[in-house]
Amino acid sequence: MSGKLAYFFAASLFLCAGQRSAARQTVSAFAITHAKIVTLAGSPIEDGTLVIKDGKIAGVGAAVEVPAGAQIIDGKGLQVYPGLFDPVTQMGLSEIGAVSSTVDSSEIGSYNPDVVAATAILPSSEHIPVTRAAGITEVLAVPGSGGFDFSGNRNVIGGQASAFHLAGWTMDEMQIKRNVAMVLNWPQIETRTFDFATFSRKEKPYADAKQEYDKQVNELTDWIERARHYAQAIGHGGPSDFERDVKLEALAPVIRGQLPLLVFADHAREIRNAVEFCDKQKLKMILAGGSEAYKVKELLRSKNISVILRPVLSLPIEEDDPYDRLLTQPAELLQSGVKFAIGSFDNSFARRLGQNAANAVAHGLPYDEALKAVTLYPAQIFGLADQVGTLETGKIANVIVTNGDPLELTTEVKYLFIKGQLTSTDNKHKRLYEKYSNRPKP
Amino acid sequence: MRYGNPMSARCSLILAALLACASFSMATPPDASSIILIQNATILTVSHGTLEHGSILIKDGKIAEVGPSIKAPKDAKVIDAAGQFVIPGIIDCHSHIAIEGGVNEGSVSVSSIANIAEVLDPDDIDIYRDLAGGVTTANILHGSANAIGGQTMVIKLRWGQPAAKLPFEGALPGIKFALGENPKRSNFSIPGQPKRYPATRMGVEETIRGAFTEARDYKNSWDAYNKRVAAGEKNLVPPRRDLRLEPLVEVLEGKRYVHAHCYREDEILMLLRVAKEFGFKVRTFQHVLEGYKVADELVAAGVGASTFSDWWAYKVEAYEAIPYNAALMTKRGVLVSVNSDDAEEATHLNQEAEKAIRYGGLTHEEALKLITLNPAIQLGIDKRVGSIDVGKDADLVIYNHDPLSAYAVAQKTIVDGRVLFDRDKDVAERAAVEKEKKELLEKEKKAAEKKPDEKKPETKTPEDKPKPPSDAVKRDSGEEMVSSPDGGAR
Repeated sequence: MSGKLAYFFAASLFLCAGQRSAARQTVSAFAITHAKIVTLAGSPIEDGTLVIKDGKIAGVGAAVEVPAGAQIIDGKGLQVYPGLFDPVTQMGLSEIGAVSSTVDSSEIGSYNPDVVAATAILPSSEHIPVTRAAGITEVLAVPGSGGFDFSGNRNVIGGQASAFHLAGWTMDEMQIKRNVAMVLNWPQIETRTFDFATFSRKEKPYADAKQEYDKQVNELTDWIERARHYAQAIGHGGPSDFERDVKLEALAPVIRGQLPLLVFADHAREIRNAVEFCDKQKLKMILAGGSEAYKVKELLRSKNISVILRPVLSLPIEEDDPYDRLLTQPAELLQSGVKFAIGSFDNSFARRLGQNAANAVAHGLPYDEALKAVTLYPAQIFGLADQVGTLETGKIANVIVTNGDPLELTTEVKYLFIKGQLTSTDNKHKRLYEKYSNRPKP
Repeated sequence: MRYGNPMSARCSLILAALLACASFSMATPPDASSIILIQNATILTVSHGTLEHGSILIKDGKIAEVGPSIKAPKDAKVIDAAGQFVIPGIIDCHSHIAIEGGVNEGSVSVSSIANIAEVLDPDDIDIYRDLAGGVTTANILHGSANAIGGQTMVIKLRWGQPAAKLPFEGALPGIKFALGENPKRSNFSIPGQPKRYPATRMGVEETIRGAFTEARDYKNSWDAYNKRVAAGEKNLVPPRRDLRLEPLVEVLEGKRYVHAHCYREDEILMLLRVAKEFGFKVRTFQHVLEGYKVADELVAAGVGASTFSDWWAYKVEAYEAIPYNAALMTKRGVLVSVNSDDAEEATHLNQEAEKAIRYGGLTHEEALKLITLNPAIQLGIDKRVGSIDVGKDADLVIYNHDPLSAYAVAQKTIVDGRVLFDRDKDVAERAAVEKEKKELLEKEKKAAEKKPDEKKPETKTPEDKPKPPSDAVKRDSGEEMVSSPDGGAR
């Protein structure tokens, strides 16, 4: 039944794609009835109704009236959750990793505060339908987070990250917020580097590596200082011969505390240095990566710094770390009161977001906290919780209806709503599967 | 106590040297395998269904008895596994752990002279990590830089044993082949080095054909020589030995398995044609992400497929990869396994196998076979491992949950009847390991302070080690090839 509906919907989407989109009739009201509803804003409702109207959640509860004309989805035996939010991806910025012509994630040069992810996100990327079929309804696309540009030069300020819905015909329709955070790759003391000239690994004495590191931090400090003066100058109208600088201008919201820095750092020492830097410069910091966040948890808590953790399914940094070091970290951070979300840090592996959250549960994180780490907490950390992250009246209706726990690997998303629209779970992988399942025997 | 204790893997040289003196890590590994009785477990035998509240008796490293209730023999160590699940040890059909240094001899297009057996590293911490993820056997492969790559071998994850003890006794050795983008070097070039032949899939075919033409001639010359010797001729000059061709002759004679890295449907069929032409068999296609397109041809050729769960889009030849690959091929009759190609991925192969239930609707047992019995058959070791049957090696994993779940955590991993990973013990030892590490660092610091005149040894603090890839990027085959150091663009 649900399969048929999904198929019908997929078919209608294709038909529409060939026509002018204005011709498409969209249903504006839906009601999911008799489902278990996990709102993440209070206790789950065992037998509840969720009403979606004009793109928003119009009502949720055990006794909610279904508006006239609403398309009703019988949710008996099904479960309703907010769609998942993947807080670090290169979604839409990178199609095929090895083919540079399909990759727009990292600009040339070390300082690119003016480039914005939303500009280069490809709405028709095949990754988008594949990812949303796994229950992910919105993501943050992060530019320049790899630490290097294509020539192997250090990327320090990578650009601005943008949040968007995983459905829509244009970026204008998909965008949640264009300027969400400024990416900063905190410099590293690298005693082992990759040498592009010889295509081999190189060892560097510690003193040299430290010198290199100090130079990079000084350069960064210089940029921030210049941006501060620039922000002050434009704040005062500026002198008559004021020369515009788009890069410094892009940094002005960071200086004013309006745009957080999304600081990529994994080692404790780098995290500590980054926190100290942001504290001194009075910049709002969100940590990304955080493999050794547990080593500086007190500092992170006291400075109220949130963390977007890289996948817990990653190897520990040190050989002599416990083998499950990253798996147990979320539970440890929760204990210390550090706020965190979990990200995929990828495109093609974005659909492993739920798997990563489940693995944190297997290693001590309470289930609700794991679910929130991939829904509500990313939204809160990026200041978007008034729009997405829970099932509450008035929020954007990014909703998944599943046949089970959305973090478990066997669970299927039966219905998917993005911006209140019933959205197809069809995708490239499903289509190829169906095509080749039907290949006649040769 | 070296097993179960990651601290004793090589840290820095200095630490390791100091460690060698520390009594903590010097306890001898339990050489004599004891009698172990696992009781009250849910036993997923893989070969003959599930046994609820069952027992497994282990003697002399083998499974001695499997049944609903077995009386504990005298001196048996009893493991109460109430509420827990036992499966056969996981077999990873594509791994690059336990290799010292690089996995690719990439200078030539036929590197069959290189042999993984010569660079086994028993101290690689990834052995322990994968053991903690339930892996007990792994197919250790050369990289995919060459149309015909290096010689490969199957090992058991006998953590704590020297390199000589790792090889899986009696397992046929293999050789790595590679088709497509990696051998033709599509995704990178090495500065200062000329382009290498082949640069197309056509050239890859000719490279393999050329090598086997030589190997056939070489074999003929030896056959002729041996025949004349057998006939009693004296004073013959034997043919000159060619170490590059010898492994290929073994392939022609069915004494060495071919494990062929591939992606696209066309190159899969290409290798099947070339193999037919020379009369050898391809044992497994590795990755084989478009295997679902030619499943019937794979069945007809009787070749196994060892694939990823859900990797895709990291390069053009992976752009039509689908997570339904394992299930679709299985349903068409292909013998399929799910592999890791990555030390981290190997720590949760149980979860990766589970995905074939969601994508393509395999049964629980079919999914479990993808990481146990099927790879055992593919590697020709199914008489020894791959299922829980009397007489097979006691290679077992005990989980706290149905292993085909993202919530399952391996509690104990047993190899040859020895508990080589014990989660409780690992957790319990951590404080002591941490304390020991601090003391050693302290000692080293003091030693350095005492001798201010001498040049200080370069102290590598833990944070000086190379960082992991900046993004959670997975690649195929330990391939330095596709790994653009640009994590962001990956």
